[in-house]
Amino acid sequence: MSLNFIQIILVLIVSFLAGVEGVLDEWQFHQPLVACTLIGLVTGTLVPCIILGGQLQLIALGWANVGAAIAPDAALASVASAIILVLGGQGKAGISSAIALAIPLAVAGLLLTTFVRTIATAIVHLMDAAAAKGSFKGIDFWQWFAVCLQGVRIAIPAGLILAVGAGPVKSLLGMIPDWLNQGLTVGGGMVVAVGYAMVINMMATAEVWPFFALGFVVATIPNLTLIALGAIGVALALIYLTLQESSKSNAATGIANTGDPVGDIIDKY
Amino acid sequence: MADRIKLTKKDRFHVMWRTQFLQGSWNYERMQNGGWCYSLIPAIKKLYTKKDDQIAALKRHMEFYNTHPYVSSPVTGVVLALEEDRANGAPVTDVAIQGVKVGMMGPLAGVGDPVFWFTMRPILGALGASMAITGSIMGPIIFFVVWNIIRLAVLWYSQEFGYRAGSAITKDLSGGLLGKVTKGASILGMFILGALVNRWVNVKFTPVVSKTPLSKGAYIDWAHLPKGAQGIHDALTQQAGGLALDKVKTTTLQNNLDQLIPGLAALLLTFVCMWLLKKKISPIWIILGLFVVGVLFHVWGLM
Repeated sequence: MSLNFIQIILVLIVSFLAGVEGVLDEWQFHQPLVACTLIGLVTGTLVPCIILGGQLQLIALGWANVGAAIAPDAALASVASAIILVLGGQGKAGISSAIALAIPLAVAGLLLTTFVRTIATAIVHLMDAAAAKGSFKGIDFWQWFAVCLQGVRIAIPAGLILAVGAGPVKSLLGMIPDWLNQGLTVGGGMVVAVGYAMVINMMATAEVWPFFALGFVVATIPNLTLIALGAIGVALALIYLTLQESSKSNAATGIANTGDPVGDIIDKY
Repeated sequence: MADRIKLTKKDRFHVMWRTQFLQGSWNYERMQNGGWCYSLIPAIKKLYTKKDDQIAALKRHMEFYNTHPYVSSPVTGVVLALEEDRANGAPVTDVAIQGVKVGMMGPLAGVGDPVFWFTMRPILGALGASMAITGSIMGPIIFFVVWNIIRLAVLWYSQEFGYRAGSAITKDLSGGLLGKVTKGASILGMFILGALVNRWVNVKFTPVVSKTPLSKGAYIDWAHLPKGAQGIHDALTQQAGGLALDKVKTTTLQNNLDQLIPGLAALLLTFVCMWLLKKKISPIWIILGLFVVGVLFHVWGLM
């Protein structure tokens, strides 16, 4: 499917926003759920792009920039795979190969953002110079310059894919045999685990592991929606915190021991 | 004290709006320093009228800074209060201001990462995604709207809280509330993660373990159904009544595993991924490896 001029401009704007958010992490335009949906919206292929966004989101759930560590780049992965899905014109059938393409793109995006963040080191020195002159405008300008660089980081690759055009993208996707496509779908089902593993590694302590077990077992009841599971989770957290508080105050008055050596160590810590 | 310079609500809101660009010039040298300085400009303009004071203020806010972008707001609030005092002649030193920033950014990042990146985003993301994969636009909309309402509320109210509490807040940081929020978030997060691993990690083994022929009457007798719509109706009724579709009951490896507990293979796969990550293997390699495994196992008929 080919896009008209206005659609191309809109796709580039969405790409730019995704790139900006890839570093700011505020409005979440870089999250697959939002980015793919917006691409679908401006190109008139809404439903396949929403589904793509949902599946990519499940893979990217655990991707987060923590401290100076940068996660695989959801922005380029979502924008580029959504554009490829649109250009390929296969609709829902093209989703699994678009997802497989998204992963190498996430790596490419990671390299690009590392590159831009290195350039930003030079930019803050220009901001230093502006500060030394007391130039508010100078600081504003360079800040915006850095923000725009991050936007361009995604907009340029998006533009390149658009420039290559529907034909080559379509024939490339047509070359993918069925067994590979189905195999990639199988792989895509497993890849989700990596994101969860990243989050669990960050959060897990001996104290909270039992809650993981509870969540896993309770989720086998198909009638419970995610909202229901969320409610159970919140309730468990509140109950636990309240009980811990009361056992602590008991211990302080000498009435009872907490009987929770791990909790005590953590509290003291 | 009649002509004390004060930051109005509008000034503080303006600063809050700019803090959204905190990470815009994120760099490997001083990380969020450029965005931090950028966000304080409305306050600096208001508080200091002499050029020299403005320059000094800009320079002292170009120092190293890095924390979670949302929970940075209480720090902004405190610094606004300190700068306001300083502009009104209180002996607030550069060292004190930098000390507050550095002292708060560590513990706050320790709260922001688990609460927002590892609890809220996985939960809201999974909720949105579960609707999106059925093609519903409500998924992305709910994710986007709920996330941003919470985010803006946190930015504004925690900045106001920091501004009112001033430097007193630094003492409160080591106290109970933040620790509770963090622990509550990790409990909720781990619970939901357990659920997500079960629901959304798809590992299905297709090899057939056994084929047992069923006794007559345990399956739908297709040859003796009435013709046309009545036949379909009967078939569906019989299926709802518990009859099997085929004469032979096929048990796959997956059926056997599901009898232990559904999602067991997904759980084991997640543990393997955790172990690989702890071995410092890059997530990208694990992801690519899983795609390769998926394709190979599919070709071999295992999955």
